[in-house]
Amino acid sequence: MTKRFLALIVFSVSVFPVYWMVLTAFKPTREIQSATPAFWPSFTLEHFGTAVSAAGFWSFWRNSLLVAVGGVLLSLVVASLAAFAVARMRWKGRKAFILMIFVAQMTPWEALLIPMYVIARDTDMLDKLSMLTLIYFMITLPFTVVTLRGFIEAIPAELEEAALVDGASRITAFRRVVFPLLAPGLLATSLFGFITAWNEFAFANLLIIKDLDDRTLPVWLSSFSSTFGTDWGATMAAATLFMLPVLVVFLILQGRVTAGITAGAVKG
Amino acid sequence: MTALRTGPALEVPPVPRARARRITIWPYLLVAPTVLATAYLLVYPLVRNVVMSLQRFGVGELIRGGADFVWFANYVEILADPQFWAVVRRTFVFTVVNVVLIMVLSTAVALLLTGLGRWARLMVMGGLVLTWAMPIIAATTVFQWLFASQLGLVNWVLVRLGFDQFEGYTWFASGTATFGILVALIVWQSVPFAALVLYAAMTTVPAELYESAKIDGASGTRMFLSITVPVLRPMFGLVLCLEVIWVFKAFVQIWAISQGGPGEATTTLPVYAFQVAQALHRFDLGAAISTVTVLMLTVVLLAYVRTEKAR
Repeated sequence: MTKRFLALIVFSVSVFPVYWMVLTAFKPTREIQSATPAFWPSFTLEHFGTAVSAAGFWSFWRNSLLVAVGGVLLSLVVASLAAFAVARMRWKGRKAFILMIFVAQMTPWEALLIPMYVIARDTDMLDKLSMLTLIYFMITLPFTVVTLRGFIEAIPAELEEAALVDGASRITAFRRVVFPLLAPGLLATSLFGFITAWNEFAFANLLIIKDLDDRTLPVWLSSFSSTFGTDWGATMAAATLFMLPVLVVFLILQGRVTAGITAGAVKG
Repeated sequence: MTALRTGPALEVPPVPRARARRITIWPYLLVAPTVLATAYLLVYPLVRNVVMSLQRFGVGELIRGGADFVWFANYVEILADPQFWAVVRRTFVFTVVNVVLIMVLSTAVALLLTGLGRWARLMVMGGLVLTWAMPIIAATTVFQWLFASQLGLVNWVLVRLGFDQFEGYTWFASGTATFGILVALIVWQSVPFAALVLYAAMTTVPAELYESAKIDGASGTRMFLSITVPVLRPMFGLVLCLEVIWVFKAFVQIWAISQGGPGEATTTLPVYAFQVAQALHRFDLGAAISTVTVLMLTVVLLAYVRTEKAR
């Protein structure tokens, strides 16, 4: 009984801020501004209207999508090559390479804000979405290599060797045998990378300064008071819209990852 | 790092000799893009940061280029600045308070999860995953709304509970209150991950251990201290390490909520480095502070890894 009660408290504390955000987003303004807050909503979409029609909303949305997807695709291509080399081949320097990836994964990116700014300025990459794409590519790269390597190692090498014996080239073997088995892993990894890039704030805030239309969603949202003032309904609607893709990704991921794991279990 | 050191030796499927010789260039071609990207986008900025910290680098140098080396002058300048040491102290206090709360709460939540029925457990885990999934900037926005002076929920609850001084109280004008809100925010965001990892580790402890301890008449506390803690020590260590890194270098939460203010009540090292570089245009000093931050973090973690290996 007390355990159930504690469970309820933990659940409420973790969910409440999310609930309060969504609730405020759907609440009519007069209820938000009433002296006694309502804990159940009466439904309105007016705040979502305000948020969506805020100046530049769609370009921020597009920019965020562009840099996140661009960075993740790039890191997926580059990382799957490296992951294959690490998982399937024996070569001099392999251990050193693995160590490099682990160290890269530990890097505190916040410490690189200043040199990145200077480098971007020197190479004329300031205020360019392509610079952000490159940075998100690098931030997600180490993690992608590590995860993909794990997924590739889970695929029995015998399958590939059988294809090689049958006369397939190394590339064909990868494309026809490894890749289809790898697809769930690729999806899960890229979705995690997508979330990281979608949420990134510090670099986007620092590197996009002149052209305000080139900002990404998190940067725009963090300056909500200059857009919405004290219109908390619209602010919360914008925050909800920002969280939505992440939530969708988490839902997809849940099913996919379990599917990937069970598929692996059956193959033994 | 620990995982790498303690992990089993890496096994590579044997490759037939003739083939091995023929494809020997391939692995290097395959890792080349990763190595090049890391060199340009990670190693180069790190080196550049160190170089900048040894130069005089202000707006003039940023625009014209051609910075002069002053070697350790920047380090001398920041290490002689009492403000820097105040920031260092604050960063350590901030890290310790957050990490202790995170570790205690997440252990408690993980233990709670092991004792729950299937349905309640799924509910709590669902809630934790939802919190975990919330983007940092969305969370900072919601916390600003919860603690808003006008119409904010927290003030309303406190007034209802009889604390009338919270009528229209402006949380973000007080240094201590802002510090407290940031701690609450970071703990709230960090507990789900730590709790879920610790819970996953706890489920791997063989049930027989607990059963035989129970037969011997051990209490719940005793079993936790003598079975759960020793078995899970490496996992605790890993989570502790990760949380220390994450809290120590926390930047986005602080910047989005208070930008280090009011005054400098919430200025920690990463925020301080950024402020010095951006607001004062002293990229050299900012770079020096960043370098010192990374060194401190490395020293703390290496000390940890050493004690861990000594065990």
